[in-house]
Amino acid sequence: MAALLEVKQVWKEYGSSIVLEKLNLSVKEGEFCTIVGTSGCGKTTFLRMLLGEEGPTRGSLLLDGKPMPAEPGPDRGIVFQRYSVFPHMSVLDNVTFGLEVTRSPLLGRLFGGARRKARDEAAAMLAQVGLSQALERYPSELSGGMQQRLAIAQALIKKPRILLLDEPFGALDPGIRADMHALVLRLWKESGLTIFMITHDLKEGFKLGTRLLVFDKPRLDAQAPNRYGATITYDLAIDRQEPALLEEIQGAVTETSRFNDQQ
Amino acid sequence: MKKRIINRLPGQGAAAVLGLLPFLLLLLAYAWGSQVRLEANPEDKLLPALSSLAAAVERVALEPNRRTGELQLWADTAASLQRLGIGLAVASLLALVTGLATGMVPYVRAALAPFVRVLSMVPPMAILPILFIVFGLGELSKVVLVVLGIAPCMMRDLQQRVMELPSEQLVKAQTLGAHSGQILWRVVMPQTLPRLIDSLRLNLGPAFLFLIAAEAIAAESGLGYRIFLVRRYLAMDTILPYVVWITLLAFLMDMALRGVSRWAFPWFHQGKERA
Ligand SMILES: Nc1ncnc2c1ncn2[C@@H]1O[C@H](COP(=O)(O)OP(=O)(O)OP(=O)(O)O)[C@@H](O)[C@H]1O
Ligand SMILES: [Mg+2]
Repeated sequence: MAALLEVKQVWKEYGSSIVLEKLNLSVKEGEFCTIVGTSGCGKTTFLRMLLGEEGPTRGSLLLDGKPMPAEPGPDRGIVFQRYSVFPHMSVLDNVTFGLEVTRSPLLGRLFGGARRKARDEAAAMLAQVGLSQALERYPSELSGGMQQRLAIAQALIKKPRILLLDEPFGALDPGIRADMHALVLRLWKESGLTIFMITHDLKEGFKLGTRLLVFDKPRLDAQAPNRYGATITYDLAIDRQEPALLEEIQGAVTETSRFNDQQ
Repeated sequence: MKKRIINRLPGQGAAAVLGLLPFLLLLLAYAWGSQVRLEANPEDKLLPALSSLAAAVERVALEPNRRTGELQLWADTAASLQRLGIGLAVASLLALVTGLATGMVPYVRAALAPFVRVLSMVPPMAILPILFIVFGLGELSKVVLVVLGIAPCMMRDLQQRVMELPSEQLVKAQTLGAHSGQILWRVVMPQTLPRLIDSLRLNLGPAFLFLIAAEAIAAESGLGYRIFLVRRYLAMDTILPYVVWITLLAFLMDMALRGVSRWAFPWFHQGKERA
């Protein structure tokens, strides 16, 4: 099977500081890649390149063998850490919106039977993430976990091929987190999605993914901390938990993190 | 334990009493000042007694003007509010359209934002003579002054508000398949409208300022016209009630706009204390 996503020798620089360097990656349809790395090492930047919001400074990004579109599109859904949902729409409208924009190309608003049908579909999607009780509420009336579930439902209604999750559960307490893990795994298994998920929690990365990508700076230069960018230092297929490996990765990442703090 | 003053909250009743206090104090100070001056000189016109103010109000509000046959206060109010209303409506529309365009579209921003910024620095009063020459002494020039007086600042404000929307939302909308028009219509504009109301509320004061200035210089009716007309006779008994009336009108408009915003955009007000 040909790769869905191909990253070849990608560099990303902002001005004189190099954020990412020499990224090489090939991901097949249906993989669940979890991404870990220290704060500021360029994980979000990588997701933004997959979205098309940012282009690589050098190298190429291929989606289905073709260059990545230069702007976001409906084949790549995203859940940000915050601000993912529209504050002025009710829960139901937030999810219906994705259907309305394609079915009503001019106004992005449906009426009558078409509207009822779209709302039913959205309500069914919301039932899957357990938000049936909150259809008419505004996002500001929801807890953090409910907002993230809403954001997931909103992204999934478009049936994207790739789902990008940027620390989606960072702010949630452990109990809710476990529920969310179960939810994401179930949705992933049912839909055949390809998922990229950033997390700060290495255990979470191991638990959810089929593949773990560690972003880290292989070279640390105290004189010029921005001279070298981060790259993928570990790219592991996860079939079982290996405590020794987990410790090794944790050690390397922590070292970079300490180095950053001293700068 | 005693709390810090920044943590001590007044109850509802206390807040209402505290809020009324400055008004009462002002009224008392006026009554006292007026009495002192009138005792010294019964002909004094500067601070008329409260009773003569009431009589003047009755005259302008309830008795037909001897020359025109109109109820003067209401005729003036209608003339002024019409000018002001048209001016506010036009300025809001201009601000909304320009703010959305410059806030959302980088090319339009590049073309228009510097121009709007310079425009907002033109002192509106300095071009009033030009307005009178170009638009004549009729209604149009007064409306134009109100518009020119507040629209540029509102445009800048709204551009800023639009640009402050989290970029995550725009990216999100694109990942849901929306095109620029749909993002404008469904994501950005609905969130800009309550901010437009905020901007309008803040600009009510300046709008009245420009309206009264224009009426003072050339008009045959209007609240500003009346104040500057009776100024010649030192008719404080008319001027003071007019000033209070104008203030009250502005205050009521502000309240009404706040009410509209709360009713139409409940999500905007949730969990936030807004003035
Ligand atoms: N638009 C930009 N212009 C300049 N520098 C940027 C820009 N966006 C990101 N950076 C820099 O790129 C580096 C990586 O940022 P990024 O947000 O990708 O980190 P991250 O790995 O997601 O961190 P975190 O775990 O804290 O979210 C940071 O040093 C940041 O300052
Ligand atoms: Mg990040």
